[in-house]
Amino acid sequence: MKQEFTITVYTENQIGLLNRIAIIFTRRKINIDSLNTSPTEVDTVHRFTIVINETEDVVRKLCRQIEKQVEVLKAYYNTNDEIIWQEMALYKVPTDVIAEKAKVERLLRERGARVVAIRQDYTVFETSGHREEIEGLIKALEQYSLIEFVRTARIAIIKDSKGFHAKLKEFESEQPAEELVENEFLNQQDKVFSM
Amino acid sequence: METLELIKEETTASKVENISGSEAVMRALIAEGVETIFGYPGGAIMPIYDALFDHDETLKHILVRHEQGAIHAAQGFARTSGKTGVVFATSGPGATNLVTGLADAQIDSTPVVCITGQVFAHLLGTDAFQETDVINITTPITKWNYQVTDANEIPSALAKAFYIASSGRPGPVLIDITKNAQVQKFDFAGYKKCDHIRSYRPKPIVRKEYIEEAAKLINEAKKPFVLFGQGIILGQAENEFKAFIEKAGIPSAWTILGLSALPTDHPLNVGMLGMHGNYGPNVLTNECDVLIAIGMRFDDRVTGRLDKYAKQAKIIHLDIDPAEIDKNVKATVPVWGDCKETLPLLTELVDRKEHKEWLQKFREHTKQEEEIVIEKEMHPSGEEMSMAEVVDVLNELTGGNAVIVTDVGQHQMVGCRYAKFNQSKSNVTSGGLGTMGFGLPAAIGAKYGAPEREVVAIIGDGGFQMTLQEMGTIMQYGAAVKILILNNNFLGMVRQWQELFNAKRYSFVDIQSPDFVTIAKGYGIEGKSINSRKDLKAALQQMLDHKGSYLLEVMVGKENNVFPMVPQGCSVAEIRLK
Ligand SMILES: Cc1ncc(C[n+]2csc(CCOP(=O)(O)OP(=O)(O)O)c2C)c(N)n1
Repeated sequence: MKQEFTITVYTENQIGLLNRIAIIFTRRKINIDSLNTSPTEVDTVHRFTIVINETEDVVRKLCRQIEKQVEVLKAYYNTNDEIIWQEMALYKVPTDVIAEKAKVERLLRERGARVVAIRQDYTVFETSGHREEIEGLIKALEQYSLIEFVRTARIAIIKDSKGFHAKLKEFESEQPAEELVENEFLNQQDKVFSM
Repeated sequence: METLELIKEETTASKVENISGSEAVMRALIAEGVETIFGYPGGAIMPIYDALFDHDETLKHILVRHEQGAIHAAQGFARTSGKTGVVFATSGPGATNLVTGLADAQIDSTPVVCITGQVFAHLLGTDAFQETDVINITTPITKWNYQVTDANEIPSALAKAFYIASSGRPGPVLIDITKNAQVQKFDFAGYKKCDHIRSYRPKPIVRKEYIEEAAKLINEAKKPFVLFGQGIILGQAENEFKAFIEKAGIPSAWTILGLSALPTDHPLNVGMLGMHGNYGPNVLTNECDVLIAIGMRFDDRVTGRLDKYAKQAKIIHLDIDPAEIDKNVKATVPVWGDCKETLPLLTELVDRKEHKEWLQKFREHTKQEEEIVIEKEMHPSGEEMSMAEVVDVLNELTGGNAVIVTDVGQHQMVGCRYAKFNQSKSNVTSGGLGTMGFGLPAAIGAKYGAPEREVVAIIGDGGFQMTLQEMGTIMQYGAAVKILILNNNFLGMVRQWQELFNAKRYSFVDIQSPDFVTIAKGYGIEGKSINSRKDLKAALQQMLDHKGSYLLEVMVGKENNVFPMVPQGCSVAEIRLK
C-alpha cells in the first residue's frame, strides 16, 4: 500500500550530491513530492528531507540505494506518525480586502497567520503547519482575491533521533569533514587569460 | 613496521615541491602502482599528456582508436589483473565516448578510474569549445565522480578515486580536471593513498547471528543449491568458496560473470544459470530447498519470471552491497559482508556432507541436455559448422588455460556455455549491459592485464564491426590477441528472437560484412577465413601458434539457435531444450 514517507538523508556537503540523490528517484520514475536541503546541528553535515508517496518496500530499497552513495552518511525513512513536521507558506492578499472585510481578518487570526509585510496595495502573511492546514487557508483565501501563494518543502524532525544525534557529534569530532571546494574562477572570467 | 611507515610519511611530507597539477596526476598514478593507461589526447587534456611525455618509461600509454576502446580495454585489464584500469580522455566528445564503457563498468562492478580533461574553470557553463557537463552525464553510471578545479585538490581527489573504485563493490570513478588545474603550479606535499572516507562503508559489518542462521539452514537442507557470481572473483575468494562448497557438498552454478571462479571440471560445478544457461541449474532452482546466492545480484536474465522464482526455497544471500539484498529476491537470511570473510565463517559452521542423490539429479538433467542439445551442437549432422564445435575444438587446443573474451550475442552465450576454464579471472564478457563492441578492446586490455596468458576474443560479425578500429591499437603496440570471429552473416541473437517470437520476420538483422581477413591485413594482422569443418582444428592451432595477433574467421551456420532458452517472461523451470 502506498503512503506518505519522509526520507531523511544525512550527507556530506558536496556539489553534485543533490543530483546523485535526485536521480535515484527519477530513474525509477518516482515523483518527489517535496525536497528540502538544510544544515544540521553538526557543522559539516547536511540533511535532505524528501517526501514521496510509495510502498514501504520501495522506500526501503530507495534508502539502501541512497546510502550506497559515497557521500551519504545515513538515510532514514519514516511514516508521518514517527515525525514532527511542518511546511510554511506565504500568502499575498490585497490590503484593502483585509481592511474592509472583518471576516478575512478573523480567518487569518484563527489560522494563526502572521503578518510579514504590509504595503498599501498588498499584505503578506505567513503560516506554518501541515499540508492540509495550509491548503485549507488557501481555499478560504481564494474567494478574497488571493494574489499569490507559495509553500515550502516539508521539514521534519524524527521523534526518535537522539541516538543518531549523539553518534553524529562523536563522528564529526573524530573525523572532521573535508572542506568544500567551489569554482572560484567563474566570476573572474575577464581577468583570466586562456588558450 | 609502524615506525618505519611513520618515518616514510614524514619524509614525503617534509619535502614540499612546487609542481603542476598535471605532474601531480603522474605522481598519483605512479604511487598507485599504475603501469598501463589507455587513452586518447585532445585540447583539454593536453597538459596531462605533456606531463606524461616525461614518464613514458614508468607509465605505459596505449593510444586507442576511440575512447570507447580505451575504457573497454581498461575493463578487460581490470578483469584479468584484478587491478584498477586507468583511462585518459579529453573533454566533450572524448568524455562522452566513455559513456557506454562507464555504464558497462558500473553494472558489472569493474574498477576503472577515468581522468577527463575539462575546459578552464572560468569557462564552465559558457558552452565553451568542447565543454560538456561530464559530471552530470556520468553521475548515474559512476560509483563516484568529481570535478577538480584547483590543482591542490588533485592528490586527494585521485587518492579517493582509486580507493573508491577498488574497494567494497568496485566500480568506475571519473575525475574531471579543468585545464587551469592541470597547468596550475602548487605546493605538492607528497601523495598519500586513501584508506578511509568517513561517509563511505565499503564493507558492511559481518553479523555473526546471520552466519549462524545461514549455517543452520544449510545443515538442515536436503537439497541445497549454490548460485555464485562475480563477487567471488572480485573478493578474491575462490579458495574460500571452494572450501565451502566442498565441505557442505553443495552443487554450484554460476552467472556468466561468476564464470571461471570455479574450474569447469570441478565435480560440484553444475553449470550456467539463466536464459541460455544449463538445463539442470534452471529447472532445479525451482526444486531446491535452500538457495545460497553468493556475490550475485539476481539479474532478470538469471531469474526469469520473479514471481515464479525459487518460491519453494529458503534463500540465503551473501553480498557485499547491502542494496542488493532483497532488491529482486527476498532473502530469508541476509549475510552482509565481503565473502572472503563471510565464507570461512560459514564453512566452519556447516556440517561436512555429500548430497549424492541431489547431485545425481543435476547429472540426470545434464544428460538430457547433452542428448537433446549439446550432442547436436558439438557434432552437427550437416556441413555447416556450429559455434559450439568451434569452442569445443578451441578447448581441446588451449586445455582450458586461455582467457576467453566474448562480445555480445549468440557467440557470447555459446562461448560462456562451452568454454572450459581451469583458473579464475579467465572469462571477460559484458554481462549486465550486453555491450556489442566490447570484445575486441576488452581483449586488448585483458592481454595487458595478463601478458603471459593466451587471450582469445570470440566475436560476432556484427559486434566486431562496432569496434574493429582497435585493430589499429594492436598494430601499433602488438598486443598478441587472437581474434576468433564466428560469422553467421546475421545479427544472430536478434535473428533468433525474431525467429522464435516474431514469426521469422527478419527485420534488419542480415548484416553484411567486409572481408575481415583483408581488413586485418591492412592493419598488419595475419588472418584466415575458413568454412569447412576439416580445416577447423588446423586453423585454430595456427591461430594459437601465431606469435602476434591473429584473426580467424569461421563461417558458421546462418540460422542456428542457442538452446536451452528461458523465454522472456517465463519461469526458469519453463526452460526450453528446443
Ligand atoms: C551496442 C549494442 N547494440 C545493439 C545490441 C542488441 N544486440 C544484442 S545481440 C545482437 C546481435 C549480435 O550479432 P553478432 O555480433 O553478429 O553476434 P551473434 O549474435 O550473431 O553471435 C544485437 C544487435 C547490443 N547488445 N549492443
